[in-house]
Amino acid sequence: MTPFVVGPLTRTDLVRYQGASGDFNPIHHDEGFAREAGLDAPLSLGMLQAGFLATWATDRFGAQNVRAFRVRFAARVFPGDTLTCDGAVTGRRAGDGGERLLDVEMTCTKQDGTVAVYGWATFTTDEDA
Amino acid sequence: MVDDSAAGVTGEPFVLDVERGKIREFAAATHSANPAYLGDEHPVVPPTFLTTAFFWQSGASDPWAAVAMGQHRGLHAEQEFVFHGPPPRAGTRLVGQSRIESVTRKEGRSGPLAFAVMVTEFRDEAGRLVATARLTGVETG
Repeated sequence: MTPFVVGPLTRTDLVRYQGASGDFNPIHHDEGFAREAGLDAPLSLGMLQAGFLATWATDRFGAQNVRAFRVRFAARVFPGDTLTCDGAVTGRRAGDGGERLLDVEMTCTKQDGTVAVYGWATFTTDEDA
Repeated sequence: MVDDSAAGVTGEPFVLDVERGKIREFAAATHSANPAYLGDEHPVVPPTFLTTAFFWQSGASDPWAAVAMGQHRGLHAEQEFVFHGPPPRAGTRLVGQSRIESVTRKEGRSGPLAFAVMVTEFRDEAGRLVATARLTGVETG
């Protein structure tokens, strides 16, 4: 499938997501706080990368069709990183109500090949199984 | 330091009004131009939108505080949203309620790890279960 490439990430991307989500943990914008936590700079939010995967997935499978969305955070992301969101349909099955479902696996990968977030989603579909 | 006795702590119910402007803001922040979020008068929420419970949940409705995870050593490990039908649309009033499902410990490659899981159920005004969120946090050291 066509990947969704985001970046290089900026501090503004982080701050805008913090405002949108309501997660104001200072480790994502406060230099001093980040250094006390042993980081060189404020790091990105795992949920921002998860949001990029959701953007990739709902553009392809339909925002109203999502039934499950799960992510596991695997590596840190910092401003300056460029992320590639991609995935594939890994299963087609019938749901409890007989609806047709697609299972999707996704990755959000940094420019050096490190996977930052693994994702799994389920969407309803009109496609024939 | 994670408190093992947090398991089972349940928060008070809280309201989360799904708002069109908030969906628009959230879509922009996650670099989405999807017309399902931006072009509809009653848009559906993006898959991770219910994380905006941050704005609605505090004090007695937020049992996560009972876990007492350190802000420096605590990390978000996993997050899941299950929708029990189509995702909610702007104009929907949801009532959420969170509980600490579990606190577990295990030995990691570089030392002890403490995991905590918080489950939040979101119901509509008719009491139907709309979505279930599951947050897993981990503290190292």
